[in-house]
Amino acid sequence: MELKRVVVTGIGALTPLGNTKDEYWKALAEGVSGAARITRFDAEKFKTQFACEVKNFDPLDFLDRKESRKMDLGTQFAMVAGDEAVVDSGLDLEKIDKNKVGVIWGSGIGGMITFQNEYTGYVEGDGTPKFNPFFIPKMISDITPGMLSIKYGFRGPNYATVSACASSNHALMDAFTYIRLGKAIAILAGGSEAGICKAGVGGFNAMKALSERNDSPEIASRPYDKDRDGFVLGEGAGGLILEDLDHAKARGAKIYAEVLGAGMSGDAYHMTAPHPEGLGIELVLTNALEDAHLKPEDVDYVNTHGTSTPLGDSGEIKAIQNILGDHASKVNISSTKSMTGHLLGAAGAAEGIATILAIEKGIIPPTINHFTDDPAIDPALNLTFNKAQNREVNVAISNTFGFGGHNASVILGKYSG
Amino acid sequence: MYFFAPDFNQITRKMSEIAQKVTSIIIDKLGVEESEVTAEASFTNDLGADSLDTVELIMEFEKEFNISIPDDQAENIGTVGQAITYLDANVK
Repeated sequence: MELKRVVVTGIGALTPLGNTKDEYWKALAEGVSGAARITRFDAEKFKTQFACEVKNFDPLDFLDRKESRKMDLGTQFAMVAGDEAVVDSGLDLEKIDKNKVGVIWGSGIGGMITFQNEYTGYVEGDGTPKFNPFFIPKMISDITPGMLSIKYGFRGPNYATVSACASSNHALMDAFTYIRLGKAIAILAGGSEAGICKAGVGGFNAMKALSERNDSPEIASRPYDKDRDGFVLGEGAGGLILEDLDHAKARGAKIYAEVLGAGMSGDAYHMTAPHPEGLGIELVLTNALEDAHLKPEDVDYVNTHGTSTPLGDSGEIKAIQNILGDHASKVNISSTKSMTGHLLGAAGAAEGIATILAIEKGIIPPTINHFTDDPAIDPALNLTFNKAQNREVNVAISNTFGFGGHNASVILGKYSG
Repeated sequence: MYFFAPDFNQITRKMSEIAQKVTSIIIDKLGVEESEVTAEASFTNDLGADSLDTVELIMEFEKEFNISIPDDQAENIGTVGQAITYLDANVK
């Protein structure tokens, strides 16, 4: 059968850098850091006392009180970013066949804040189990695509993807696949995460995964810098409308970019550590390029997973070099996590959006906070340090890798008819 | 005898305090207007509560009034008035 072409026709973003797609892009292009001291709880006793929080967010600006109370913060983020994407797409909700519109949404953890607060309430009581009836439905990660479908009446494919920090890339590629196969005409795909809480920071601290640069949060997320010391926890949501090209053309939709291909792989190596030779990453890049029928020379930009961890960053770069070969030094590479922090399950969506907007605007958002070269990283590579670069982008790859060894890469391209 | 006569004034005040607290819990949890919270209003039919909302309301009443409402009693509390009557009879 002939596969359908799939395009992106709507974008919504709620991020530590800005609460709309346009604010997000402006900050990305300007190289702004979203990191600051944690405001959500008193982090005094924590090894890490800063994060990239979403700012100036009041769910009641978007949801009524009854609705918002039944949603974890992560789902609230999703409702806002999802709505921006739906509105941005211009889909006519009266006319479209909603049985053929789905929602596929990723979250690495689900309602961690809800779990933490509910369980804390229990242990602080007299031991009588008094749990809120909304505890479970608020917490489970699949509730988010469920709530989004209820809001719009989308009755097509509906589920959550969970693969830690690769979750929303898996959501995007599943959406891509279903539309490609003709199983849906459009899918609201993306991800959300809200893990900046005591349990989240304490848990990641215990793994020694987070930067502890408490005296200067805004320069803590520094992928590829020699002195990087871990990732900076972020939060937020990204939503995209993926749509059958024929359907998008027939309704005269604005087309941001085309989804050209996607790849997945597993490391089959370690619970949390990346494969030292980046074998899983090489495989995911190979699979993605093959799926898109593209050659390494076609690639202009790679938005990396690049979390600012010592091992992860250099492993990914080695894998990119091994797959792109001589062409590696000709592409722009950047980690927008230097600005956003790590949105975990929402990272793929947020970075996919950054990549699409880079294609649309011809601007590569930078890897900020570069101070000292890392001898383990080839200086011939263009890691787009500190300042955005102008470049026409026809083909770009967005990488995400999750604890458990889940690798997911999406290839996005300029739509050229 | 006067000494054993019930203090109607006291009872009225207790009941109206309960009614006030019940009303504000319902407004908060169900997101409804105060004018909708009448004694006859049914949580599910009139105030838009689903089964989970109803469970949550009962829990909030328990918390606010520091009592435990057994499930078989909770099943009989379906309107605002029934809640107030039950709490008035059971809250010390």
